[in-house]
Amino acid sequence: MAMISVDKLNLTFGAGSDANQVLHDVCFEVGAGEAFGLVGESGSGKTTVLRCLAGQYNHWLGTLAIDGETLGRRLDYARCRKVQMVFQDPYGSLHPRHTVETALAEPLAIHGIGDRSARIDAILTKVGLPTSFRWRYPHQLSGGQRQRVAIARALILEPRILLLDEPTSALDVSVQAEILNLLADLRVRDGLTYLLVTHDLGVVAHLCDRVAVMQQGRIVDLLDTAGIVGCNPEHPYTRMLVEASRHYSREMAADGAARPAVADLAA
Amino acid sequence: MSATMTMTASKTAPGGAPQSSAQALRQNLGRSARKLLRNPLSVAGLVVILALLLVAAFAPWIATHDPLAQDLANTLKAPSAAHWFGTDEYGRDIFSRLVYGSRITLYIISLVTVIVGPVGLTIGVVSGYFGGWIDTVFMRITDIFVSFPGLVLALAFVAALGPGLDHAVIAIALTAWPPIARLARAETLSLRKADFIVAVQLQGASPLRILTRHVAPMCLSSVVVRLTMNMAGIILTAAGLGFLGLGAQPPVPEWGAMISAGRRYMLECWWLVAMPGMAIMMVSLAFNLFGDGMRDVLDPRSE
Repeated sequence: MAMISVDKLNLTFGAGSDANQVLHDVCFEVGAGEAFGLVGESGSGKTTVLRCLAGQYNHWLGTLAIDGETLGRRLDYARCRKVQMVFQDPYGSLHPRHTVETALAEPLAIHGIGDRSARIDAILTKVGLPTSFRWRYPHQLSGGQRQRVAIARALILEPRILLLDEPTSALDVSVQAEILNLLADLRVRDGLTYLLVTHDLGVVAHLCDRVAVMQQGRIVDLLDTAGIVGCNPEHPYTRMLVEASRHYSREMAADGAARPAVADLAA
Repeated sequence: MSATMTMTASKTAPGGAPQSSAQALRQNLGRSARKLLRNPLSVAGLVVILALLLVAAFAPWIATHDPLAQDLANTLKAPSAAHWFGTDEYGRDIFSRLVYGSRITLYIISLVTVIVGPVGLTIGVVSGYFGGWIDTVFMRITDIFVSFPGLVLALAFVAALGPGLDHAVIAIALTAWPPIARLARAETLSLRKADFIVAVQLQGASPLRILTRHVAPMCLSSVVVRLTMNMAGIILTAAGLGFLGLGAQPPVPEWGAMISAGRRYMLECWWLVAMPGMAIMMVSLAFNLFGDGMRDVLDPRSE
């Protein structure tokens, strides 16, 4: 059975002549335990889909269902415990005046869950942070550590679904791999369902089973990860995207090798 | 993986990693205090404010005379060993009156701050967070209060309520909250779309919880800074009301009222006006300097 099902999702910002429709009949399904990727260029509406599912926007039209239950407009406690989100920027997603402990205790307090100290210790261990980190402020953590705390905060309510909004794009390349491996491990261990938004096809290839390609608020292609990696996508836009990402990395590598002096100067 | 984490941990912990929430708080306060003490001007402000607090607390021991005792044989005496700051037209010791007047000044400042801080913060945060018609209503009310000059509005209120210290406090409070509310609203507007606020929303937190635990603490620092700076203005407004005879009533030794009473003898007896004037200037300058230092410490943008 589908864990997430999105059917004919439409979203418009503004009204009248200023109306700007950002999502057009978006449909897809994600099975339980599956990792599903949404890729596309900036402004294609992929993050918006995520935010509709998370409950940040509530004026969408269409049908959203999670675990077989159709979602209402309002965010209720049961939905919060089922779906949690990890944000793109770990520097903006943690309250700068709250210690790790406060940040992790907050969801437990909201939902009236007891045994907080033990749960916080357990979740910190789970995301690979020492338990002594609980009294640190975000400014005492590195980017990767912050993102681990953000993942811990999302997981502490034991959701079935994790919405990941470009969870690695703000991080160092070496840390990106750590976080991706952590996410892959967590998914296997807890049987989580992932909906991952990214513009990095490498991340998709690493983490996702299936992928939807979005362009200008529409899903233009839906394929297995193997379809992207195997370099014979059918839709022209998908092909362009794959091509672009290849060229990009090759040219970057060539540039880096050919002009190290310039790079040094810039640094 | 955990091995690499502990490695990076020791690298990023400035001054040792905190081992408990109390220690984390202590480290945080210690850092702020060190930053404040590094600025000599704000230290000077702090010293004057502390001196004011001490003088007010130990007024009976510091004052050399009874501030209300008249001595008609010794009126308008210039500063001397017996009367350090001279005497006024009733022979009262000006130094002792200044010392006791510090209590009134502190009373006004603290009462106004206690009223204005929470009121301004609440209105600003609610207005900024909810937006829409709530924002419109609150901000138009704020606009109305802002569009009157503070002293004139205070004058009108005191005229309506009758002169007196408490009425002056209410009048000053009524004119002092709008800038705080606007400040808190502006801060809230910049915060309400922040990811860390969205994150608690998605955890199901109620608006009250978000405002009190997540938004207000972020606005608090700039509000505290603004309040500290405002204290100088409050002292001046209180002195102005006192000078106009609408604040503290004689024989209460309020500094503004002392200047007002002394102005008739100003040309011959400078100390009647200069001494309380100096006290007002010193204290409001101190609050301004201290407020500046606080801004450097508390403003998240300055880090």
